[in-house]
Amino acid sequence: MVGILRLWRSSPTIPVGDLWRVVGVPLLTILAFLFAWSRVSASVETSLGQIPGPLAVWQQAGNLWVEHQAERARAAAFYERQTQRNLRQLAENPDAPVAVLAYTGKPTYLDQIATSLMTVFVGFLLASLVSIPLGILCGLSKTINAGINPFIQVFRPVSPLAWLPIVTMIVSATYVSADPMFPKSFINSAVTVSLCSLWPTLINTALGVSSIDRDLMNVAKVLRLKWTTTLIKVVVPASLPLIFTGLRLSLGVGWMVLIAAEMLAQNPGLGKFVWDEFQNGSSDSLGRIMVAVFTIGIIGFLLDRIMLALHQLVDFGSRR
Amino acid sequence: MSAYIDAHCISKSFAVRRDTRHVLGDVSLQVERGAFVSVLGAMGSGKSTLLSILAGLTRPDTGRVTIDGVPVTGVRRDAAFVFQNYSLLPWFTALENVRLAVEAALPELSSDEQRAQAQRTLEQVGLGGALDRRPWQLSGGMRQRVAIARAFATKPQILFLDEPFGALDALTRETLQQELARLCSAVDRPVTTVMITNSVEEALLLSNAIVPILAGPPATLGTPIPIALPRPRTVAGLAHDEQATHVRAHVVATLTAALGRARRFGVRHAADTVPLTTAVAQERP
Repeated sequence: MVGILRLWRSSPTIPVGDLWRVVGVPLLTILAFLFAWSRVSASVETSLGQIPGPLAVWQQAGNLWVEHQAERARAAAFYERQTQRNLRQLAENPDAPVAVLAYTGKPTYLDQIATSLMTVFVGFLLASLVSIPLGILCGLSKTINAGINPFIQVFRPVSPLAWLPIVTMIVSATYVSADPMFPKSFINSAVTVSLCSLWPTLINTALGVSSIDRDLMNVAKVLRLKWTTTLIKVVVPASLPLIFTGLRLSLGVGWMVLIAAEMLAQNPGLGKFVWDEFQNGSSDSLGRIMVAVFTIGIIGFLLDRIMLALHQLVDFGSRR
Repeated sequence: MSAYIDAHCISKSFAVRRDTRHVLGDVSLQVERGAFVSVLGAMGSGKSTLLSILAGLTRPDTGRVTIDGVPVTGVRRDAAFVFQNYSLLPWFTALENVRLAVEAALPELSSDEQRAQAQRTLEQVGLGGALDRRPWQLSGGMRQRVAIARAFATKPQILFLDEPFGALDALTRETLQQELARLCSAVDRPVTTVMITNSVEEALLLSNAIVPILAGPPATLGTPIPIALPRPRTVAGLAHDEQATHVRAHVVATLTAALGRARRFGVRHAADTVPLTTAVAQERP
């Protein structure tokens, strides 16, 4: 899609070869994939019935949308009834104790997508708040880098599934509140996401800062800039392209890790959706899980595109 | 009474993998207040190292530098530096680049005065119409004008120029050389300037004295050659001037002799590959 837009913008007359490569070939491979999928799926029999083909998955996507609308309608009706009831009670007796309750229906598929996005952003934000300053320190000082490097090397490859039990225990022990602002499952997932996603930003920030053009650092020296000014006006802008490369990778890792974290932590997002459908085991389950697979993929792709656009916004280096 | 800039017995070596490269060996240089001295030599001869030691960017291994009687331990507040490859901050506009220097050097001015000072200096170098353009939107010549404006905006007493016109084409270079001469003479106080160059013509055009740097390693400095030509000088005028011709021949002979000595001792270095002529040797970053 982005390719098509770029093509339209760049030249009024599109060379036929480009059009074929940018639009035709992907379209053809997608059609071939759908065809092969529908053929193969019909021939595999599982305990939950046949593997759903493209059409069945598309129907499930429609179902999820219909369920979402139905649930919203129920919620609206609930609030409407509550308001009416409260008004009636107040009309009879102005001092009547009026209760305003929240609707407690189950989250819909769209709610779950929203929860997932929220979780990944909180985790990503936490990770960035730690990794960017730490990365800058590592890039500025070889000593600090030597001190931090062992931790980077050892903790970077650890799977989210290994972090989660530890995170759960620590959060349970430290995050104690009668009326918590966030549910524990949310905190657990977000912290796990940040533990796994802070490394690319950390490494790339350190690299960006340590590989700043020596001339620019000399300029800072010659102008006798204070070190805070040097940091804000020279070091950070100069390393922004690599910082954003790191952030882009981090968000990708975070989104990938999130699904696993949500499955284990039971955070009501896409991961929990997939797990619940798997445990549920109805004949629709596989189709709904496949809808989730495509949703996860497409959202991941969009997140990556957003980060890429931000990256290009700050890439002064290539214009120099 | 020592000179304004007094470098005494400077030597500097760098570790290159397992080897040690002796770049400068016991170099001494005196520059009087208000003088314009050019250090002339082929590329790779250690000129830039010498300049960054004078400016306080690099510490010498031995020897000491004093400016106005004060030992140099870091970059002085009243010194400005122009780099060969402009070294503008690409995320700032021309005005912001100059303003950054003014803010750091003249913190006693108000914000508006700093802005006005930056703008005035840019107008002096003919960039009044390009204040809000970023470096990548400017030509090489315009970028170097911004860099020169950045140096002059802080009202420096001392100017260090590291091949300021080395990356420019011949025509732009000549215009900018004239403007630099004009700027230096327009200032109401003596500006002491040390310029690094590989062009004899450039040195003839701008300086009071040429100090040839003799290829080593380690490199040493030759006897300063005073240039008493009247100003303003032009490239065309220099072409036929008797004294200029004499100096040109003398400088080239000195530098070539040093190169020959270095070769006889079997030392290979970058300067070997660059024949030095009176024409400008192109040196790029």
